[in-house]
Amino acid sequence: MATPYAVTTRTPASSVAMIFGLILVAVLFAAPAFAGRGTIQDLFFILTMLVLAQFWNLLAGYGGLVSVGQQAFVGLGAYALYGAVILGGIDPVVSILIAGLAALVLAVPTAFFAFRLQGAYFAIGTWVIAEVARLSVAQWRAVGGGTGTSLPRDALREMMLVDWIGEAFDVRASAARDILAYWLALTLAVATIAGIYWLLRTKRGLALAAVRDNTEAARSVGVDAGRMKWVVFLTSAFGTGLAGGMIYLQKARISPDAAFSVTDWTAYVIFIVVIGGIGTIEGPIIGVLVLFLLQSFLADFGTWYLMILGLIGIGVMLFAPRGLWGLISERTGLQLFPVRRRLTGGPLMDKEV
Amino acid sequence: MTVLSLKNVSKSFGSLKVTDDVSFDVPRGEALGIIGPNGAGKSTLFNLVTGNLTPDAGRIEFDGRDVTRMPAMRRCLDGVGRSFQIPQPFEKLTVFENLLVAATHGRAASEAEVLEPCTEVLERTGLLPKSNTAAGALSLLERKRLELARAMATGPKLLLLDEIAGGLTDAECQSLIQTIRDLHSGGVTIIWIEHVLHALTSVVERLLVLDFGRVIGIGEPGSIMESREVKEIYLGIDV
Ligand SMILES: Nc1ncnc2c1ncn2[C@@H]1O[C@H](COP(=O)(O)OP(=O)(O)OP(=O)(O)O)[C@@H](O)[C@H]1O
Ligand SMILES: [Mg+2]
Repeated sequence: MATPYAVTTRTPASSVAMIFGLILVAVLFAAPAFAGRGTIQDLFFILTMLVLAQFWNLLAGYGGLVSVGQQAFVGLGAYALYGAVILGGIDPVVSILIAGLAALVLAVPTAFFAFRLQGAYFAIGTWVIAEVARLSVAQWRAVGGGTGTSLPRDALREMMLVDWIGEAFDVRASAARDILAYWLALTLAVATIAGIYWLLRTKRGLALAAVRDNTEAARSVGVDAGRMKWVVFLTSAFGTGLAGGMIYLQKARISPDAAFSVTDWTAYVIFIVVIGGIGTIEGPIIGVLVLFLLQSFLADFGTWYLMILGLIGIGVMLFAPRGLWGLISERTGLQLFPVRRRLTGGPLMDKEV
Repeated sequence: MTVLSLKNVSKSFGSLKVTDDVSFDVPRGEALGIIGPNGAGKSTLFNLVTGNLTPDAGRIEFDGRDVTRMPAMRRCLDGVGRSFQIPQPFEKLTVFENLLVAATHGRAASEAEVLEPCTEVLERTGLLPKSNTAAGALSLLERKRLELARAMATGPKLLLLDEIAGGLTDAECQSLIQTIRDLHSGGVTIIWIEHVLHALTSVVERLLVLDFGRVIGIGEPGSIMESREVKEIYLGIDV
């Protein structure tokens, strides 16, 4: 008589969004064929910041771990890449993986230390560790100590795929390197979003939501809240390290103050997530576009630029605490990455659609 | 065979001794009721059994194993399910998702595997029409029902229920009693804290009386209700 029960997460809007998303990714992959070098560099900036924002959002928005020390993983990842290239003679592209692994290694003791701290103390603890990492790396003579260093010319010239890209698009080696970095960043951004969305749709995603709502109750229904924190923290560190490696591979020049900059790699990232909407995948995507536009229009204003960013951030927190995406989804009910599991079928069919 | 055993368990909050040298055994398959005045330490006793609190002294055994210091998460996986006196739903999740979390993690199973148990619990607790409603939007009574449902969804061997009958109409109370009886006859061991005494005594086989953190009586409900201590304590509370 009654249809069997079933569970769906998909909505009509999300199916359409999926198709548009795939088309967008395809167009972005093809972009070097029709976009100039400046555009590719802008897109690279947007994509790498998007990755950092998605991982910070995973930490703070889903895991309740408000870190202000993400620059530790950007910086250490970047320096690990320079170390691997300069000292190990490893291909820079391969070294990106080493960047991720180095961040992961730093994340283990960081977590042991910071997980003992609650709330604001956790945030301060992560920042302290980032400072310690910066000061330590500044002692590392082989990669330029406090003044920094550049990636060796030879390593850049022999980097994999660069020759091929140069010929295929008929561009100089430096532009070809930008295209390669851009493709890597695009791949990382797509993998990050797909990976986080996948995580949220597994039972671990349910556990994250439960822990965020009520940790004590989550433990009482068998959720390993402690392990969820570790999974989220280590995953974020690894992804942030990969992004850090890529960013400084593209820049080809590094210094401790830049690579461990709390403004560049944590403050802007928090701005992106808060403006866009914390605790959603859509939020950071919107937020990074807003930051990019503000930066393009206001970059000439120097200090004023930062103050305007701050004011906008405060304004959004006061008047739209769930960010721009929160406003949009409230008005329209739109969800591009739905995670809600809806029960259908059974006797329910008669009562609701 | 004993499923739960407490031996000289004590717990204090500061200078306030809330659980005072408590010892008792619960045989497998029993339904045990716990009564006692407000602040007697009933909910605290539950928190000690579930691992939400750790005792200062004494020993707790579940299924023949020492679980005194085992975390709440592990005890749930081993078969201890509970409801909270003040409902603690996952507010942003729907009713169905609340059960999904409990069933997938409490039973260490996949979402597909627990679809059937979850829908069965929804049907038995009358929450089916609310399946896709956010738990934060439920009324207090619905939240209490969700407490029971979520505890059931973990597939417990031992189910601890903390005041779930208050405020119900007679018909609702009857259907709650029936649900608990069904669980009981299905082999689940039940410990039920309840101020609604007629509901409690229509289900449980033994009653335990707690006062100032001490066990002042345990036994067959009829004789417990007749004892002088209980009458004294419950003077003024409707019996
Ligand atoms: N976490 C805590 N910290 C300090 N005191 C507490 C804590 N939890 C409970 N208490 C105190 O311990 C005593 C026993 O509380 P408990 O909740 O166990 O009583 P109860 O028998 O469940 O009461 P009720 O019938 O009102 O639910 C009360 O005096 C309460 O104020
Ligand atoms: Mg209580």
